[in-house]
Amino acid sequence: MPGELSVSLWRGGDQGRYQTYRVPRRESQTVLDVVTFVQRHLDPTLTYRFACRVGVCGSCAMTVNGRPRWTCRTHVAKVAADDRLTIGPLENLRIIKDLATDMQPFFEKWQQAKGAFEPSKTRADAIEQIRPDEPARRLADAAIECINCGVCYAACDTVRWNQNYFGPAALTRAWTLVNDRRDAGNAARLQAVAGAGGCHSCHSHQSCQELCPQALNPTAAIAGLKRRTVAAYLKGDIAP
Amino acid sequence: MNVKLYVWQRATAAIMVPLVIIHIAVIFYVSRRGLTAADILSRTHGSVLWAAYYGLFVAAASIHAGIGVRNVLIEWSPFRERSIETFAVLFGQFLLWTGAWTVYVLVLA
Repeated sequence: MPGELSVSLWRGGDQGRYQTYRVPRRESQTVLDVVTFVQRHLDPTLTYRFACRVGVCGSCAMTVNGRPRWTCRTHVAKVAADDRLTIGPLENLRIIKDLATDMQPFFEKWQQAKGAFEPSKTRADAIEQIRPDEPARRLADAAIECINCGVCYAACDTVRWNQNYFGPAALTRAWTLVNDRRDAGNAARLQAVAGAGGCHSCHSHQSCQELCPQALNPTAAIAGLKRRTVAAYLKGDIAP
Repeated sequence: MNVKLYVWQRATAAIMVPLVIIHIAVIFYVSRRGLTAADILSRTHGSVLWAAYYGLFVAAASIHAGIGVRNVLIEWSPFRERSIETFAVLFGQFLLWTGAWTVYVLVLA
Protein backbone atom coordinates (compact mmCIF):
# COMPACT_ATOMS: atom_id res chain seq x y z
CA MET A 1 0.00 0.00 0.00
CA PRO A 2 2.12 2.91 -1.27
CA GLY A 3 1.60 6.55 -0.42
CA GLU A 4 1.93 8.93 2.46
CA LEU A 5 -0.15 10.12 5.34
CA SER A 6 -0.37 13.75 6.39
CA VAL A 7 -0.31 13.53 10.19
CA SER A 8 -0.94 16.52 12.47
CA LEU A 9 0.20 15.87 16.05
CA TRP A 10 -0.40 18.07 19.08
CA ARG A 11 2.90 19.39 20.39
CA GLY A 12 3.38 21.12 23.73
CA GLY A 13 1.06 21.63 26.69
CA ASP A 14 -2.22 23.53 26.97
CA GLN A 15 -0.79 26.35 24.85
CA GLY A 16 0.68 24.03 22.24
CA ARG A 17 -0.21 23.64 18.57
CA TYR A 18 -0.54 21.00 15.87
CA GLN A 19 2.55 20.13 13.84
CA THR A 20 2.30 18.21 10.58
CA TYR A 21 4.47 15.24 9.56
CA ARG A 22 4.63 13.00 6.49
CA VAL A 23 4.42 9.32 7.39
CA PRO A 24 4.64 6.38 4.94
CA ARG A 25 1.34 4.56 4.48
CA ARG A 26 1.52 0.85 5.27
CA GLU A 27 -0.83 -2.08 5.20
CA SER A 28 -2.68 -2.89 8.46
CA GLN A 29 -1.16 0.26 9.94
CA THR A 30 -2.58 1.41 13.28
CA VAL A 31 -2.73 4.97 14.59
CA LEU A 32 -0.24 3.97 17.28
CA ASP A 33 2.11 2.74 14.51
CA VAL A 34 1.90 6.21 12.97
CA VAL A 35 2.71 7.99 16.22
CA THR A 36 5.57 5.57 16.92
CA PHE A 37 6.98 6.16 13.41
CA VAL A 38 7.09 9.90 14.03
CA GLN A 39 8.90 9.47 17.34
CA ARG A 40 11.43 6.93 16.05
CA HIS A 41 12.18 8.46 12.66
CA LEU A 42 11.14 12.11 12.58
CA ASP A 43 11.12 13.65 16.07
CA PRO A 44 12.40 11.74 19.13
CA THR A 45 11.14 14.47 21.47
CA LEU A 46 7.51 13.46 20.83
CA THR A 47 5.84 12.32 24.07
CA TYR A 48 3.06 9.75 24.11
CA ARG A 49 1.98 6.80 26.26
CA PHE A 50 1.56 3.15 25.37
CA ALA A 51 2.45 -0.27 26.78
CA CYS A 52 0.87 -3.46 25.48
CA ARG A 53 0.01 -2.48 21.86
CA VAL A 54 -2.78 -5.09 21.78
CA GLY A 55 -5.77 -3.40 23.47
CA VAL A 56 -5.29 -4.73 26.98
CA CYS A 57 -3.52 -2.07 29.04
CA GLY A 58 -5.66 0.95 28.12
CA SER A 59 -2.80 3.45 28.10
CA CYS A 60 -2.62 4.61 24.44
CA ALA A 61 -5.95 6.44 24.06
CA MET A 62 -5.77 9.71 22.12
CA THR A 63 -8.08 11.99 20.18
CA VAL A 64 -8.01 10.82 16.57
CA ASN A 65 -9.71 13.02 13.96
CA GLY A 66 -11.87 14.54 16.68
CA ARG A 67 -12.86 11.36 18.49
CA PRO A 68 -11.24 9.60 21.46
CA ARG A 69 -9.97 6.17 20.45
CA TRP A 70 -7.59 3.43 21.55
CA THR A 71 -4.85 4.00 19.04
CA CYS A 72 -3.27 0.51 19.14
CA ARG A 73 -6.46 -1.12 17.84
CA THR A 74 -7.57 1.67 15.52
CA HIS A 75 -6.56 1.02 11.95
CA VAL A 76 -5.61 4.02 9.86
CA ALA A 77 -7.79 2.70 7.03
CA LYS A 78 -10.81 2.97 9.32
CA VAL A 79 -10.36 6.60 10.35
CA ALA A 80 -8.30 8.33 7.62
CA ALA A 81 -10.18 7.90 4.38
CA ASP A 82 -8.38 10.88 2.81
CA ASP A 83 -4.95 9.93 4.22
CA ARG A 84 -5.10 12.71 6.81
CA LEU A 85 -4.85 12.21 10.55
CA THR A 86 -5.15 14.75 13.33
CA ILE A 87 -4.02 13.25 16.61
CA GLY A 88 -4.28 15.08 19.91
CA PRO A 89 -4.29 14.26 23.62
CA LEU A 90 -7.48 13.05 25.33
CA GLU A 91 -9.91 15.83 26.19
CA ASN A 92 -11.17 16.60 29.72
CA LEU A 93 -7.71 15.88 31.15
CA ARG A 94 -4.74 18.18 31.68
CA ILE A 95 -2.07 17.85 29.03
CA ILE A 96 1.34 16.92 30.44
CA LYS A 97 3.12 17.17 27.10
CA ASP A 98 2.21 16.42 23.48
CA LEU A 99 -0.09 13.38 23.47
CA ALA A 100 0.28 12.43 27.14
CA THR A 101 -2.40 13.57 29.60
CA ASP A 102 -2.47 13.53 33.39
CA MET A 103 -4.76 10.61 34.26
CA GLN A 104 -4.67 11.30 38.02
CA PRO A 105 -8.18 12.88 38.26
CA PHE A 106 -9.59 9.95 36.28
CA PHE A 107 -8.25 7.39 38.77
CA GLU A 108 -8.98 9.55 41.82
CA LYS A 109 -12.62 9.66 40.78
CA TRP A 110 -12.54 5.89 40.29
CA GLN A 111 -11.55 5.65 43.95
CA GLN A 112 -14.12 8.25 45.06
CA ALA A 113 -16.80 6.07 43.45
CA LYS A 114 -15.52 3.19 45.64
CA GLY A 115 -14.19 1.22 42.69
CA ALA A 116 -12.01 -1.03 44.86
CA PHE A 117 -13.35 -4.47 45.78
CA GLU A 118 -14.21 -4.85 49.48
CA PRO A 119 -13.90 -8.50 50.45
CA SER A 120 -16.64 -10.06 52.56
CA LYS A 121 -14.69 -13.21 53.39
CA THR A 122 -11.23 -14.14 54.55
CA ARG A 123 -8.86 -16.63 52.98
CA ALA A 124 -9.94 -19.10 55.69
CA ASP A 125 -13.49 -19.15 54.28
CA ALA A 126 -14.60 -21.47 51.52
CA ILE A 127 -14.62 -20.02 48.01
CA GLU A 128 -18.05 -18.68 47.21
CA GLN A 129 -19.82 -20.49 44.40
CA ILE A 130 -21.30 -18.08 41.85
CA ARG A 131 -23.07 -19.34 38.77
CA PRO A 132 -22.25 -17.33 35.61
CA ASP A 133 -25.94 -17.23 34.68
CA GLU A 134 -27.10 -15.57 37.90
CA PRO A 135 -28.88 -12.30 36.97
CA ALA A 136 -26.63 -10.15 39.17
CA ARG A 137 -23.50 -11.87 37.87
CA ARG A 138 -24.61 -11.21 34.29
CA LEU A 139 -24.90 -7.50 35.12
CA ALA A 140 -21.47 -7.53 36.75
CA ASP A 141 -19.93 -9.38 33.80
CA ALA A 142 -21.44 -6.91 31.32
CA ALA A 143 -19.06 -4.16 32.41
CA ILE A 144 -16.13 -6.06 33.86
CA GLU A 145 -13.94 -5.80 30.74
CA CYS A 146 -13.29 -2.07 31.24
CA ILE A 147 -9.57 -1.35 30.66
CA ASN A 148 -9.68 2.20 32.07
CA CYS A 149 -8.43 3.73 28.84
CA GLY A 150 -10.24 7.01 29.56
CA VAL A 151 -12.00 7.15 26.16
CA CYS A 152 -15.44 7.44 27.78
CA TYR A 153 -14.17 10.10 30.18
CA ALA A 154 -12.77 12.15 27.29
CA ALA A 155 -16.00 11.72 25.28
CA CYS A 156 -18.32 12.74 28.14
CA ASP A 157 -20.07 16.13 27.90
CA THR A 158 -20.97 16.04 31.59
CA VAL A 159 -17.31 15.61 32.58
CA ARG A 160 -16.52 18.62 30.39
CA TRP A 161 -19.19 20.75 32.08
CA ASN A 162 -18.96 19.49 35.67
CA GLN A 163 -15.50 19.08 37.16
CA ASN A 164 -16.89 17.05 40.05
CA TYR A 165 -18.60 14.40 37.93
CA PHE A 166 -17.00 10.97 38.42
CA GLY A 167 -17.41 10.00 34.76
CA PRO A 168 -18.59 6.84 32.99
CA ALA A 169 -15.65 4.54 33.80
CA ALA A 170 -15.73 5.09 37.57
CA LEU A 171 -19.51 4.68 37.72
CA THR A 172 -19.42 1.57 35.52
CA ARG A 173 -16.88 0.06 37.88
CA ALA A 174 -19.14 0.91 40.83
CA TRP A 175 -22.07 -0.79 39.07
CA THR A 176 -19.97 -3.92 38.53
CA LEU A 177 -19.21 -4.14 42.25
CA VAL A 178 -22.79 -3.31 43.26
CA ASN A 179 -23.76 -6.50 41.40
CA ASP A 180 -20.95 -8.60 42.87
CA ARG A 181 -22.42 -10.36 45.89
CA ARG A 182 -18.97 -11.16 47.26
CA ASP A 183 -18.42 -7.44 47.83
CA ALA A 184 -19.11 -5.97 51.28
CA GLY A 185 -18.76 -2.27 50.47
CA ASN A 186 -22.05 -1.45 48.81
CA ALA A 187 -23.50 0.78 51.53
CA ALA A 188 -20.59 3.19 51.23
CA ARG A 189 -20.51 2.75 47.43
CA LEU A 190 -24.18 3.63 46.92
CA GLN A 191 -23.71 6.58 49.27
CA ALA A 192 -20.72 7.77 47.21
CA VAL A 193 -22.38 7.50 43.80
CA ALA A 194 -25.62 9.11 45.08
CA GLY A 195 -23.88 12.35 46.06
CA ALA A 196 -22.76 15.38 44.08
CA GLY A 197 -20.67 14.23 41.12
CA GLY A 198 -22.32 10.82 41.17
CA CYS A 199 -24.62 8.95 38.80
CA HIS A 200 -27.46 11.48 38.93
CA SER A 201 -25.38 14.07 37.09
CA CYS A 202 -25.37 11.88 33.94
CA HIS A 203 -27.45 13.28 31.05
CA SER A 204 -27.53 9.96 29.18
CA HIS A 205 -25.96 11.47 26.05
CA GLN A 206 -24.44 8.02 25.44
CA SER A 207 -21.14 9.23 23.95
CA CYS A 208 -19.43 6.75 26.31
CA GLN A 209 -21.45 3.88 24.90
CA GLU A 210 -20.86 5.06 21.33
CA LEU A 211 -17.08 5.28 21.68
CA CYS A 212 -16.12 2.62 24.26
CA PRO A 213 -13.51 0.46 22.51
CA GLN A 214 -14.65 -2.57 24.50
CA ALA A 215 -18.26 -2.02 23.36
CA LEU A 216 -19.40 -1.63 26.97
CA ASN A 217 -22.50 0.36 27.87
CA PRO A 218 -21.66 2.78 30.70
CA THR A 219 -24.96 4.63 30.17
CA ALA A 220 -26.87 1.47 31.08
CA ALA A 221 -24.60 0.91 34.10
CA ILE A 222 -25.22 4.47 35.29
CA ALA A 223 -28.97 4.04 34.76
CA GLY A 224 -28.74 0.94 36.95
CA LEU A 225 -26.98 2.95 39.65
CA LYS A 226 -29.69 5.62 39.43
CA ARG A 227 -32.40 3.02 40.06
CA ARG A 228 -30.48 1.34 42.86
CA THR A 229 -29.62 4.58 44.67
CA VAL A 230 -33.16 5.94 44.39
CA ALA A 231 -34.49 2.71 45.94
CA ALA A 232 -31.87 2.92 48.71
CA TYR A 233 -32.71 6.60 49.34
CA LEU A 234 -36.45 5.98 49.52
CA LYS A 235 -35.86 3.11 51.96
CA GLY A 236 -33.65 5.36 54.08
CA ASP A 237 -30.50 3.28 53.55
CA ILE A 238 -28.54 6.27 52.24
CA ALA A 239 -28.74 10.02 52.84
CA PRO A 240 -27.55 12.68 50.36
CA MET B 1 -26.97 16.56 41.44
CA ASN B 2 -27.47 14.25 44.39
CA VAL B 3 -30.13 11.57 44.74
CA LYS B 4 -32.45 13.78 46.81
CA LEU B 5 -32.60 16.49 44.13
CA TYR B 6 -32.92 13.78 41.46
CA VAL B 7 -35.95 12.24 43.15
CA TRP B 8 -37.64 15.62 43.60
CA GLN B 9 -36.99 16.63 39.99
CA ARG B 10 -38.23 13.34 38.52
CA ALA B 11 -41.25 13.22 40.86
CA THR B 12 -42.32 16.77 40.01
CA ALA B 13 -41.81 15.99 36.31
CA ALA B 14 -44.08 12.96 36.63
CA ILE B 15 -46.71 15.07 38.37
CA MET B 16 -46.52 17.73 35.66
CA VAL B 17 -46.95 15.38 32.68
CA PRO B 18 -50.76 15.10 32.97
CA LEU B 19 -51.04 18.69 34.26
CA VAL B 20 -49.26 20.09 31.18
CA ILE B 21 -51.50 18.10 28.84
CA ILE B 22 -54.63 19.42 30.60
CA HIS B 23 -53.18 22.95 30.62
CA ILE B 24 -52.54 22.86 26.87
CA ALA B 25 -56.02 21.44 26.26
CA VAL B 26 -57.48 24.32 28.29
CA ILE B 27 -55.49 26.86 26.26
CA PHE B 28 -56.86 25.36 23.03
CA TYR B 29 -60.37 25.34 24.43
CA VAL B 30 -60.16 28.97 25.57
CA SER B 31 -58.69 30.24 22.30
CA ARG B 32 -61.03 28.23 20.04
CA ARG B 33 -64.08 29.38 22.01
CA GLY B 34 -62.78 32.96 22.08
CA LEU B 35 -63.36 33.29 25.81
CA THR B 36 -62.62 36.67 27.40
CA ALA B 37 -60.83 37.21 30.70
CA ALA B 38 -64.21 37.83 32.31
CA ASP B 39 -65.50 34.52 30.91
CA ILE B 40 -62.53 32.67 32.33
CA LEU B 41 -62.76 34.31 35.75
CA SER B 42 -66.46 33.55 35.93
CA ARG B 43 -65.63 29.85 35.49
CA THR B 44 -62.63 29.70 37.84
CA HIS B 45 -63.81 31.97 40.63
CA GLY B 46 -64.53 29.99 43.77
CA SER B 47 -63.60 26.69 42.15
CA VAL B 48 -61.79 24.36 44.54
CA LEU B 49 -60.92 22.11 41.60
CA TRP B 50 -59.11 24.83 39.62
CA ALA B 51 -57.36 26.05 42.78
CA ALA B 52 -56.11 22.54 43.53
CA TYR B 53 -55.14 21.91 39.90
CA TYR B 54 -53.14 25.11 39.35
CA GLY B 55 -51.86 25.15 42.96
CA LEU B 56 -50.32 21.71 42.44
CA PHE B 57 -49.01 22.79 39.03
CA VAL B 58 -47.33 25.89 40.47
CA ALA B 59 -45.73 23.95 43.35
CA ALA B 60 -44.41 21.21 41.07
CA ALA B 61 -43.13 23.67 38.45
CA SER B 62 -41.37 25.81 41.08
CA ILE B 63 -39.48 22.86 42.53
CA HIS B 64 -38.72 21.35 39.13
CA ALA B 65 -37.50 24.60 37.59
CA GLY B 66 -35.45 25.57 40.65
CA ILE B 67 -33.52 22.28 40.54
CA GLY B 68 -33.17 22.48 36.76
CA VAL B 69 -31.80 26.03 36.82
CA ARG B 70 -29.34 24.97 39.52
CA ASN B 71 -28.05 22.13 37.33
CA VAL B 72 -27.78 24.26 34.19
CA LEU B 73 -25.87 27.00 36.00
CA ILE B 74 -23.51 24.55 37.70
CA GLU B 75 -22.58 23.10 34.32
CA TRP B 76 -22.62 26.20 32.14
CA SER B 77 -21.80 29.20 34.33
CA PRO B 78 -18.56 30.24 36.01
CA PHE B 79 -20.22 31.02 39.36
CA ARG B 80 -19.54 29.14 42.59
CA GLU B 81 -21.89 26.33 43.58
CA ARG B 82 -22.94 28.03 46.82
CA SER B 83 -23.99 31.19 44.93
CA ILE B 84 -25.83 29.15 42.33
CA GLU B 85 -27.74 27.23 44.99
CA THR B 86 -28.81 30.46 46.67
CA PHE B 87 -29.98 31.84 43.32
CA ALA B 88 -31.82 28.61 42.47
CA VAL B 89 -33.71 28.68 45.79
CA LEU B 90 -34.66 32.34 45.22
CA PHE B 91 -35.71 31.57 41.64
CA GLY B 92 -37.90 28.68 42.81
CA GLN B 93 -39.47 30.88 45.48
CA PHE B 94 -40.10 33.62 42.91
CA LEU B 95 -41.97 31.13 40.72
CA LEU B 96 -43.86 29.79 43.72
CA TRP B 97 -45.05 33.16 45.00
CA THR B 98 -45.89 34.67 41.60
CA GLY B 99 -47.69 31.44 40.67
CA ALA B 100 -49.52 31.33 43.99
CA TRP B 101 -50.60 34.94 43.51
CA THR B 102 -51.94 34.10 40.05
CA VAL B 103 -53.93 31.17 41.42
CA TYR B 104 -55.28 33.42 44.17
CA VAL B 105 -56.40 36.03 41.64
CA LEU B 106 -57.89 33.36 39.39
CA VAL B 107 -59.92 31.63 42.07
CA LEU B 108 -60.38 33.79 45.16
CA ALA B 109 -59.91 37.49 44.43
